[in-house]
Amino acid sequence: MALQSLDIKARSATTTPSPQARGAIPVAKLIDISKCIGCKACQVACMEWNDLRDEIGTTTGIYDNPRDLSDQSWTVMRFSEVEVQPGRLEWLIRKDGCMHCADPGCLKACPAPGAIVQYSNGIVDFHEENCIGCGYCLTGCPFNIPRFSRKDRKAYKCTLCSDRVAVGLEPACVKTCPTGAIVFGSKEDMTLHAAGRIADLKERGFDQAALYDPQGVSGTHVMYVLQHGDQPELYANLPRDPHISPLVGLWKGIAKPLMSFGIGLAVFAGFFHFVTAGPKEVEEEEERS
Amino acid sequence: MSTPIQRYSASERNNHWLVAIAFVLAALSGLALFHPAFFFLSGLFGGGTWTRILHPYLGTLMALFFIALSARFWRLNHITSADRQWMSRIGDVLRNRDENLPEAGKYNAGQKVLFWVLVTSVPVLLVSGIVFWQPWFAPYFPVWLLRVAVVVHALAAWIVILGIVVHVYAAIWVKGTVRAMTRGTVSEAWARQHHRAWYREMTGK
Repeated sequence: MALQSLDIKARSATTTPSPQARGAIPVAKLIDISKCIGCKACQVACMEWNDLRDEIGTTTGIYDNPRDLSDQSWTVMRFSEVEVQPGRLEWLIRKDGCMHCADPGCLKACPAPGAIVQYSNGIVDFHEENCIGCGYCLTGCPFNIPRFSRKDRKAYKCTLCSDRVAVGLEPACVKTCPTGAIVFGSKEDMTLHAAGRIADLKERGFDQAALYDPQGVSGTHVMYVLQHGDQPELYANLPRDPHISPLVGLWKGIAKPLMSFGIGLAVFAGFFHFVTAGPKEVEEEEERS
Repeated sequence: MSTPIQRYSASERNNHWLVAIAFVLAALSGLALFHPAFFFLSGLFGGGTWTRILHPYLGTLMALFFIALSARFWRLNHITSADRQWMSRIGDVLRNRDENLPEAGKYNAGQKVLFWVLVTSVPVLLVSGIVFWQPWFAPYFPVWLLRVAVVVHALAAWIVILGIVVHVYAAIWVKGTVRAMTRGTVSEAWARQHHRAWYREMTGK
């Protein structure tokens, strides 16, 4: 158990209960996109707290920098220029990173016991010392978040600063955000806070303002306030209805126990057939020598 | 005393056992990655990470050896109308009532079905496995294809494992069979009883 002060709700590739005697209040990070100014202080704070240094990239003509998430960049601002109403340019800036799904596809897909854990407060964390580098988490994630390190072939992503949260601190990105666009607290409080923000946005003409807490993954512990809640795709292709792929569901759901059972059954069927019908012996035993 | 009949040459036997050894290792390491109940098998390969590293190489070796083996036996596995008759009397086969069965050549219908199951499943395993082979090939494929590949790989592996369970059991069940793959020969009586058409072809009797 990496963090003694956080109990665990679920562990990858484990069929028995996890240590969870104490329980915890579900937490959430709320990212209010209407308040984000794109300063990237959260990216810097993430690098500092987690001791991450990505390679220096190149300018590609847009503000996204670095261009994508990596094992060294656990959060990236994604800038989208859109005209929802013709002639009215909007700059939508979405802080991308792990959404900490309540039903985490990465954890479901992972075959290494304890490499991915879900704390009882909702944070989904990778324990890289148990990671075997198979990449199954990539197939499970509906948000395209985990990234492989070329140094150690292990998967990395945002931890929601589980180490900070474990000792009662807010995540580094929340701490540093200068506009209060990122806030952190219990999921209940954050949902209430979002409702206030959404009411405010609606008053200002954003009729479709909404909270992004997708139920396809049983809700997330990182939520967005979207000005255009009816069009999440505007925000750098935020999925409208994310869910664990049915293929991964099939593979890690029914197939896993059923196919294992089938193999066991075949072996037992052979054994009992032998006991019942007996071997096929050669009738004319003329090869006795 | 009768003379033993040659069933497999030394090179066929070696090829078969190379496939068998690679299969056992690939299956054990694959099962370790498939269900937590089997994860302890990763200990045989030096832990989870070593299992993940080795499994694709073991699988590729198995597939390559298998392709060589199947090329040797291809001609002998065409399904005939006698084979269909044999399959329709599978109940007699299981109850050891072999008198009612049509004559089999070098392979009976059950062996031929296994052959074609493997001939279709092993390449599927190879191709689907390459698609999500980390870190060499997986980064070149879109995630939807990885999702298809993992399911197809698990399903094909399951079919192959079930097929091999039947294959191994049949070798134990039908007495006098294993020596065909260890020493290369079978007794005349074995050949006459189980593969009469092949027996006549081999002995001219």
